[in-house]
Amino acid sequence: MAHGPAKGITRWLYTTNHKDIGSMYLWFSFAMFFLGGIFALVIRAELFQPGLQIVDPNFFNQMTTMHGLVMVFGAVMPAFVGLANWMIPMQIGAPDMALPRMNNWSFWILPFAFAMLSSTLFMEGGAPNFGWTFYAPLSTTYAPPSVTFFIFAVHIMGASSIMGAINIIATIVNMRAPGMTYMKMPLFVWTWLITAFLLIAVMPVLAGVVTMMLMDIHFGTSFFDAAGGGDPVLFQHIFWFFGHPEVYIMILPAFGIVSAIIPTFARKPLFGYSSMVYATAAIAFLSFVVWAHHMFTVGLPIAGELFFMWATMLIAVPTGVKVFNWVATMFKGAMTFETPMLFSIAFVILFTIGGFSGLMLAIAPADFQYHDTYFVVAHFHYVLVPGAIFSITAGVYYWLPKWCGNMYNETMGKVHFWLAFIGLNVTFFPMHFSGLAGMPRRIPDYNMMFADWNMISSVGAFLFGAAQVMFLYNVIATIVGGKKATAEVWENPEGLEWTVPSPAPYHTFSEPPEFKSSH
Amino acid sequence: MSGGTYYVPEQSRLPIWASFGLFLTVFGAANWINGSSAGPWLFFAGGLTFAAVLWNWFSIVISENMAGLNSPQLKHSYVIGMGWFIFSEVMFFAAFFGALFYIRTLALPWLAGEGDGGASSELLWPGFEAQWPLMTTPDMAVNGEEALRKGPEQSMSWPGFGALLGWLPFWNTVILLSSSVTVHFAHTAIKNNNRKQFNIMLGVTVLLGFIFLILQAEEYIHAYQELGLTLESGIYGSTFFMLTGFHGAHVTMGTVMLLIMWLRSVLKGHFKPDDNFGFEAASWYWHFVDVVWVGLFFAVYVFG
Repeated sequence: MAHGPAKGITRWLYTTNHKDIGSMYLWFSFAMFFLGGIFALVIRAELFQPGLQIVDPNFFNQMTTMHGLVMVFGAVMPAFVGLANWMIPMQIGAPDMALPRMNNWSFWILPFAFAMLSSTLFMEGGAPNFGWTFYAPLSTTYAPPSVTFFIFAVHIMGASSIMGAINIIATIVNMRAPGMTYMKMPLFVWTWLITAFLLIAVMPVLAGVVTMMLMDIHFGTSFFDAAGGGDPVLFQHIFWFFGHPEVYIMILPAFGIVSAIIPTFARKPLFGYSSMVYATAAIAFLSFVVWAHHMFTVGLPIAGELFFMWATMLIAVPTGVKVFNWVATMFKGAMTFETPMLFSIAFVILFTIGGFSGLMLAIAPADFQYHDTYFVVAHFHYVLVPGAIFSITAGVYYWLPKWCGNMYNETMGKVHFWLAFIGLNVTFFPMHFSGLAGMPRRIPDYNMMFADWNMISSVGAFLFGAAQVMFLYNVIATIVGGKKATAEVWENPEGLEWTVPSPAPYHTFSEPPEFKSSH
Repeated sequence: MSGGTYYVPEQSRLPIWASFGLFLTVFGAANWINGSSAGPWLFFAGGLTFAAVLWNWFSIVISENMAGLNSPQLKHSYVIGMGWFIFSEVMFFAAFFGALFYIRTLALPWLAGEGDGGASSELLWPGFEAQWPLMTTPDMAVNGEEALRKGPEQSMSWPGFGALLGWLPFWNTVILLSSSVTVHFAHTAIKNNNRKQFNIMLGVTVLLGFIFLILQAEEYIHAYQELGLTLESGIYGSTFFMLTGFHGAHVTMGTVMLLIMWLRSVLKGHFKPDDNFGFEAASWYWHFVDVVWVGLFFAVYVFG
């Protein structure tokens, strides 16, 4: 284990090194982020004006579907796994992930799975066109033939996620440095431990539901067919039993990242560490009992509407604990506003806006008005873009000097932040208005009355997209050169990762380090 | 080589080949199902690749362990990994059990007009009545013999205590429960360094697994040929065959795993009183499959 990386392409193909695998996950995620972004820009270009200009409606539907699938399963989830791979062993003082070969297997499934998913765009009948939530019977009776490939792609990316999650749990449970008890772990590690549990609990359920689809489509079963005694609503129940924990899978690690960054740049310890841990666990628990709030208009019994409404609103309590925690950490802090901090503060503010619109949607009677409108699109993009994407971006800027040993260009980072911040608000804030006015989601054409807001949204989307090109340039420029980073990188940051040199040696912590906690 | 206490393997070709094999398998399966003539070839080529990789992978892990590379800490990683893998399997079955309970207690009564669906039941499926096992589908209630989605002619349900001894699911339950006991005896035997008893008990377990699978096949043939119960027999057929089918697939996996453990012991003398997790993991899996069966026995058969 003393020697460094192998030479050439086999370093990446055969690697068992958590840093190599983390880098591959992050680059793969970045590539998918741009692919999904191109799909989004096709959507926004078409919606720039009412009427059909650029694509036909079927292709438009393929774009909304592929955008969602690629962003959720290709961009956000692998980015968090990439960060987990890089940071968890370094933060807990482990030599590597617990099961290094399985780690590489988890990664390499993904390029194959997404090659197969993307290839459906070139198949007869086109790519999946039933939305990323693939409700039956749109995704069964009325699906294009490529749905079979979609199903198997979901199967293997699910296998990848489960193996990745098992690896993360084994690493955290088994490989912490002596003295690092559970309640002394960095919050990024804690949030990932809980996320990994969610992944193992719900990815198999996703596998189950796509299997039922496969059987209904090709083998004559009646799971989602009322004629045979099944029920299309059954699909929605099983899907959202996976789907709701899934949205927390895409946000809990973000909480961990932001909880690492804000104390560093506020120069104060996190206001309440244990309340953060308990709030994360509470959110994870609640995620299992709120799934039907996605289905208020489908025809649930009133008792169901009420239960899922109240349970959903309960989530605001632990989430509020978190938001106040971050704010209280900044309160009277000696704050500076480096790029990671800018993204983190924007995270706190904009994620809270997404949380509030979520509360509005949680109110069942109100949801009858909002359901399937652009208000919902605005809501979940406010939690995913400034939530998941901004936290990942913040994490990349925060840890990039540790990964490659060079400082990124701070000015360019700040410009990136402001362009992205303005771009996303210009894109998604007007969607609240078009949605409340009644504009339905997933349509290529719309009434003239929505034209102004849509035009603004489309301009914002291209601005946001352009900002990400700058991000890509900055990351590459930092890897290639730039000012050398110190071991600590920032001013007195907390955590074991800052005790090793920058760039971090290929193998860190062959021997468990000494661990002293400040809280 | 590891400089520290935890063995981090060198570069390995296994993961990329495993990914390729897995991809080829599912890509072939999708092509096959969609009617492409290349499908079966791709599928079997992928399956063989995948199987070959797994064979290699496990041999390497076993030889690493025998070479003393695996510290107690590393072995604990395997224990954690297996435990959480089984939990993921539990959740996979939970999806199908959940579907069954939802259909039985909520969806079918609603289809028959209960709840606040208003006139929709009368308009869509007039004359449909909720029952379980669902012999008369909504389609049949409306379209009679013209129906595309027909129920089974007979179900697999509880025949009453009088007919218990002639009821195949009962014997399958006896067989699987016994096999859980024998595999536990095998575990005790290896812990007591009793190789002979270990081999016998594990051999008996594998044999019981095979018998279960043969009886299950017999049941399926009986269902298809005599009961008019197929995968296409409405929601009853769907849930029956998917639940018992996935369980059967897991019994097959478990039997193969235990058979390999048995061969390792008989042919190679593997496993020590204090170092036998390969076997123990397979036995955990076997107990899990057994517990799922108990759930199935009650939910699908007895209260079917």
